[in-house]
Order: sequence, then structure tokens, then C-alpha cells
Amino acid sequence: MEIGLNHYLVLSTILFAIGLVGVMRRKNLLLLFFATEILLNSVNVAFAAISHYYGDLTGQMFAFFVIAIAASEVAVGLGLLIVWFKRHGSIDLDSLSSMKG
Amino acid sequence: MFEAIAFYLFAFLTITMFFITVTTSQALYALTALAAGMIFISAFFFILGADFLGAVQIIVYTGAVMALYAFGMMFFDTTREVKEKQGNKYIIIGLSTLAAILVVVIFATPMVSENIVALYPAIEGVGNTQEVGLVLFTKYLVPFEVAAIMLLVAMVAGIVLAGKKMDLSITLMNDEDLEKEKNKKVLS
Amino acid sequence: MEKYLYIALFAPLVSSLFSALFTATPKKMFTGIVASLLIFSSLVSSFVLLMYILDGGEPVHVEMMTWMATGHLYIPFGFIVDQVSVTMMMVVTLVSTIVHIYSIGYMDHDKGFNRFFSWLSAFVFSMMVLVMSDNYAGLFIGWEGVGLCSWGLIGFWFHKEVATWAANEAFIMNRIADLGMLIGIFLVYWNTGTLQYDGAFAAFSTLDTATLTWIGIFLFIGAMGKSAQFPLHTWLADAMEGPTPVSALIHAATMVTAGVYLVVRSGELYDLIPNVGLFIASLGAFVALFAASMALVNRDMKRIIAYSTLSQLGYMFAAAGLGAYWVALFHLMAHAFFKALLFLGAGNVMHAMHDELDPFKMGGLKKVMRWTWIMMTIASLALAGIFPFAGFFSKDTILEAAFAEHHFVIYGVLLFTAGLTAFYSFRLVALIFHGEERYKIFGIHPHEAYRFMLIAMSPLLILAMIAGVFQVPFFEMVEEILNAHEYHIHSHTTLLIMLVGTQVFVALAILYAYKKYASWSSVPDGTSAIENSFVYKLLYNQYYIPYFYEEYIVKSYKEMSEVFWTKVDMKIVDATVDGIAGIIYGTGEKTRDMQSGNLSTMLKWMVAGLVGLLSLAVVFGLAARYSDEILSILSALGV
Repeated sequence: MEIGLNHYLVLSTILFAIGLVGVMRRKNLLLLFFATEILLNSVNVAFAAISHYYGDLTGQMFAFFVIAIAASEVAVGLGLLIVWFKRHGSIDLDSLSSMKG
Repeated sequence: MFEAIAFYLFAFLTITMFFITVTTSQALYALTALAAGMIFISAFFFILGADFLGAVQIIVYTGAVMALYAFGMMFFDTTREVKEKQGNKYIIIGLSTLAAILVVVIFATPMVSENIVALYPAIEGVGNTQEVGLVLFTKYLVPFEVAAIMLLVAMVAGIVLAGKKMDLSITLMNDEDLEKEKNKKVLS
Repeated sequence: MEKYLYIALFAPLVSSLFSALFTATPKKMFTGIVASLLIFSSLVSSFVLLMYILDGGEPVHVEMMTWMATGHLYIPFGFIVDQVSVTMMMVVTLVSTIVHIYSIGYMDHDKGFNRFFSWLSAFVFSMMVLVMSDNYAGLFIGWEGVGLCSWGLIGFWFHKEVATWAANEAFIMNRIADLGMLIGIFLVYWNTGTLQYDGAFAAFSTLDTATLTWIGIFLFIGAMGKSAQFPLHTWLADAMEGPTPVSALIHAATMVTAGVYLVVRSGELYDLIPNVGLFIASLGAFVALFAASMALVNRDMKRIIAYSTLSQLGYMFAAAGLGAYWVALFHLMAHAFFKALLFLGAGNVMHAMHDELDPFKMGGLKKVMRWTWIMMTIASLALAGIFPFAGFFSKDTILEAAFAEHHFVIYGVLLFTAGLTAFYSFRLVALIFHGEERYKIFGIHPHEAYRFMLIAMSPLLILAMIAGVFQVPFFEMVEEILNAHEYHIHSHTTLLIMLVGTQVFVALAILYAYKKYASWSSVPDGTSAIENSFVYKLLYNQYYIPYFYEEYIVKSYKEMSEVFWTKVDMKIVDATVDGIAGIIYGTGEKTRDMQSGNLSTMLKWMVAGLVGLLSLAVVFGLAARYSDEILSILSALGV
């Protein structure tokens, strides 16, 4: 029972799918952020696995940058969320429809 | 053998945790499950020999990001049960599954994976942290610095967005206005 | 010398652009004066160049700049002043200077005074490009330029529907011919690899006769259109709707002779294909007779002169076709002088008669318009070829050339036409200036034209009288490049009989015209026996050719266009375009619902798009991987 790259890739895909479900399903913006974290993490797993199995550190590097991006996203996203909440008193997605065409 | 057991165990745990995150109606549960999932993910990194990455994962996600979310949740009234009226559940499940299957197909059929060549091969005889340090501060120095600037920008943005009276500048205000502002604060 | 070349070429352009600045403003006298001065400077430069060439100077050849240089194609903006082009330059600048000055008086009361000078100078510039270019491409630019200016000037009074119709007719007729010309130019380039005259002519001798014949025919089709040869002749008579100075400059002296110039310029080509040359000569002789016959009965002063122009162009083509290029060029020059004079005289008469064109409604004008009468009489004498006026030398040389080349049929036709020419010219003069003063019935008080107009016309008058003396120097000048040879009838007796016979014949025709029309007293009303005869009607209706064109070509073309419009354009082209627009609108309307502004829905769409792209990636990946198999399956299926 050797664990190969494909195992990790499948795991990563499953996690990604879960993340997608969350993205589509959640109406609460904060919980939507959680789902995006899941998406980013699933990709990180894939990067690390590929890096390991090809003996190449590039994958890990990318994982670092992804983490950095995730951190900044949370910082800015939460800031925006707070501003929005102050204005509208709600972070429900359905209340965000000023872009209706 | 241990590797396999560890992989399946953590795979099960991660999937469960993340599943709870996206399905639960309690925001607090979601947060906790997410934090747990992050830690379990770091386990994979350790299995894969990326020790440094695993450490960073735990520190950044469970340490910083989750703390941020926790603070965020204190702002919002999310402790009450979140009611989410849904459209068609099958569309969501179907689309996600389809996407997952397609990705698997792409990777599983050796269309992509065959011809990958290591650009920066791991260096023998040094620890993972050392390796990462070597690569990160040579080949990826510029992206690293850019990422640092990005984080700084994000920090400033977060402070400005979330802080109070961020549209006022103390250095540009004269004394009278400053006094007025102070009095206002006292009054309110 | 290059300096003079550039002045001669660009002074008209400057003049045109200068006048164009004032087209939107009311009449400004100085535009006319400035334009005339600039054209006059062009005339002076041309004269300097002529003197230089006459002194035996080398032809001036300049390459102003590169126009096109791609691959093997190299076309410069090159200009050449040699014996042929300097002749044309003199004719063009001289007549246009006179016409410019004349127009200051003629267009005196016209609202489009400034616009007129802009167009007129633009025409002169195009004509200079045409005659000075050293390659076929430059010639073609000038060719199209004069066509455009002709269109603008025929339709100058665009509020008159008939004028715009005539302008369009001229333009379209020329366009038909220009297609032939363009094909000819393409053939030249295709076979010789160059459009420069010298290079192309040098290469012609190595080509086979069939190719040369095609080149000759297609180039001549272009010449036919511009010079209004049969069957593309109808536009010239209709072009008389334009202002009379325009008719004098464009439709008598210069533009219509561009076809002759082309044939003369390509003389080395036509020397190699005598059969085509003979065809050109025959067509020229036919047109000479054909046009003269239509002029016999016409009742429109300007149209009569237009038909006479047509007839004289026939003479020129007859000469050029027989290889007597220098004779053709000489007749072109002489004709430009007396025909422009005739037209300007007609313009005076028209002014005096308040735009009345029917000579039967005039009569006896010689009392009030003495100078015009003298000028038109002398111009008509020159046109008829009476010794010692200009027409005698040029026209008789054409007859001699035809005789010496042993083309007696052409000679006979041209001789007979000379009689007809004399008859209709003096029918016109007699009707306008002699006999009873029929205009009094219509209550018109004619007056002589401005004095400066008459003075402006005087150089033409002098040239119409004395241009014959230039024959020998002219011959000596052009013989260098046109391999010209003098036509000598071997027996002096024959020559004398011919000359005297022609003169007597022409003189009799003139006398007959005077006898018949000088004492005309009534305005014909279409009831007399001769007016109802078949021949009269045939000639009066221009052999029913315009009617034929209208009935069988224009109408059927119109019907065809109607069908294409309603069936093809509306139902296929428009429907397709509208359909595409409709589909886009429809999908826009339908997919508007997607843009609900709800972030959750958008995220769902985003995932759907991701799935779509992933499937595409799989499909293309598989297709690329198994492309060989797919191809073999497809080929097995017979695709």
C-alpha cells in the first residue's frame, strides 16, 4: 500500500470540491471566507505533494506564497466586511445586490 | 505502512472537518472545524517531508488567520444560528463533483504529469528548513520581497478599513479642529 | 530646370488649395486673380522648359520621392519633361491660364465663384501629373484626378438635376474605360516587371505579339473612355451641362485629348502592333464622320461644338493609329487653341443670350458682338482647315499621312468629314451672327462680354491663326523621340491637286452653309418636311444610341439591381446582419437574468464556467493525444 502522488491529488481534489460546495452554498459572508480558505488549503496540499514526489522545492515555494496571499486576503477581506457590516448591519450575501443588471 | 495509515487517517479527518465547516449551521462550529482541518492539513506536510511548510501552516492559519476570524465573529452577530435558504442543492453538489472528477481525470490520465522535470532539485543532506531557506532567498528572493510588501499593504488596508475615523489626518489638522475632535469624542 | 518643373507642377495645386480655403465664403475676387496668377506662373515655367528643350537640352527627369517599394514593385513619384510632355504642358497651361482669366468674368455672378476656381486649378494639377509622370502609375493617378475634377465641374451647378446626371454619366462611362486601362497597366507590369515608360518600352520588343496586342487593346479602351470614342461617346455631349469655360478647358482642349496623349506616349508599343494601330485609325475615322453627322442637325450650340470636338478627336486617333504620332500631337495642339476659342466665344454668346443655347433663336448678333463674331469666325475657319489658319496645317497633314500610307478609305472618310466640319461650323456661325435678329421675339437684349475677357481670349485667336508656322520647329523637336517621318506625296501634282481640291471642297461647304442659313428668318417648330424625314430624326436623336443605352443597358441594369436589392441585399445580406444582431440582443436579454446581482448565484455561475473550461481541457487534451487515431478514423469515414 504505497501512497503515491495520485493519492494526494485525489485528496486535494476532494477537498477542493468541498470548498466549492461551501462557496456555492454559504450565504453568510464570513462562512464564505472559510470556504475559500479550504480551497486554498486543498491547493497547498497538491503543491506540497508534487514538490515531494518530484524532488523539486518550487511547489513548496508556491505553497508559501499561497499562504501569504491567504493571510492578506483575510486581513483586507475582514476589514471590508466590517465596513459593510457597519453600514448595512448584515453580512448576508442576498443583501448584496447593488450590482444587479 | 505507517505512512499509509497516517495518510488515510488524516485524509478522513480533514475531509470530515472541512465537510462540517461547509455544512454546519453554527458559525462557531464552522470556525472550530476549520481550525482543526488546518492542523490536520499540516500533518500531510509533515508526512511529505515539508516540515517548515507544516510549521508555517499551523502558525499562520491556526495562529493568525483563525484568531482574525475569531475577532471578526465577535464583531458580527454570528453566534446565532445561520439560516440559509438554499436554491437547488443538486446543482451545487453536481457541479462540485463534476469539477472534482474532471480535475482527477486530467491528472490521472498521464496527459500532464508525464513530462515534469525538477527545476530546483532538493539538496541532499540538509534539512527541509535549510533547503527552503536556500531556495527562498536565492531564486525566489524578489517574489518573497513582493509578498512581504503585499502583506504590509494588506495590514495597512485592514487597519484603515476596520479602524475608526481613518479619514482624518492628525498631522494635517490644525489645533482648533483637533480640539473639536477631542471634545466630540468626550461628548459622545 | 528642376525648379521650373516643380513650379509648373505644383503651382496649380497651390492655387487649388488656396481657393479651396474660401469655398464656403461668398465670392472673393482675389481667389480668381490669385488662381490665375499661379496658373500663369505654371505657364511661364512650362515656357522656360519648352525653350530649354527646343535648344536641344536633355529631357528633365526627376524622382521626387518613392511612392511604393515592395518586393519587385518599385513606383516612384517620378516626373519627366521631354518633347512630348512639354508640348502637352504648354497646351494645358496656356489654355488653362486663358480659361482662368476668362472665368473671372464668366463666373462673375455665380455663387460658387471660389469653389469653381478650386476645382479648375485642381483639374490643371491633375492634368499636369498626367502628362508629366514618367510611369503608368503616375499617369493613372492624373487620369483619375482629371476624371474626378471633370465630374465636379460638369456637375458644378448641382442644383440642376440634368447637370448631376451628366456628371455621373461622364464619371461612370470613364470608370468602365478605366477598368480596361487598369487591366492594361497590370498587363504591362505583369509582362515587363516595371511601369516606367523607358523600362517598359525597352521590354516590349521581347514580348510576343499576342501579349502586346492585349496590352495595346486594353490601354486603348482607357483612351476611348477619356477621349469619348465610340461607343463610350455619349457622355461628352451631355457634359456640356457644365459651365462653358469648363467645356473649353476640359472637354475640348485638354482632358479629352488625354487618350490621344496616351496613344502617342505608348507609341513604341503601337508601332509593334500595326493591326491594333489600324483598328484605332479606322475607329478614329469612323468617329470623325459619325460625330460630324450628328453635329449637322443639332440645335444646341454647345453640343454642336462638342460633337465637333469628338470628330476632331477621331482625326487625332486616325493619325496616331497610322503611326503619325507627331501629326496627332500637332493636331491636338492646334485643335486645343481654336476649339477653346470657339467654346469661349460660345460662352460669350450664351452670356449675351441669357443662357439660350438654340442658335435658331439668335441671328444677327454680329452687330452687337463684333469681336466675338470675328473670333468665332476665325476659329471656325481654323476648324474647317482653311489656309492659312492652324487647322489647315494639322488637318491636311493627317489627310496626307492617310494618303501616303495608302489607306484610301480612311483618307476618303476624313476628307468627306472635313467638308461636313466646314458645313456645320458655318451653319452655327451663320445662324448665330447673321440673318434676322430672331432673338428680339424673345425679348433679349444681348451685350458684348467684358473687355478683359476678350483680351484674355486674344492669345488663342492669334494662335488659331498662326499655329501653322510652328509645324516645322515642332516636327524637329519631337522627331527625336517619336521616330517621326514627314509624309511626302511623291508627285507634286498629286499633292497640289489634293491641297487645292480639299480647300475648294471645304470652301464650297462653307458657302453652302452661308447660303442656306445666313438668311434664315424663322425659328423651326418641327413641322417642316426636312425635320420629319428619317435621316434628320436619326441624326437629331444621335442615332438613338443614348436611347438604346437607356432602354437596354441602364434599364436592365436597374432591374437587375432592383432584384439584387430586394432579394439578395434585403433578404440575405441584411437578414444575416440583422439576425446576428438579433441573436446578440436576444442572448443579452435572456442572460440578463444571470446578472441578478446576487453574489451566490454568480459564484455558482463561476463554478459552472470552471467545469466548462475543465471539460474543454479534457476534450482538447484527448484530441491532441489521440490526434493520429482520430485522423485515421476520419479518413476511414471518407471525410
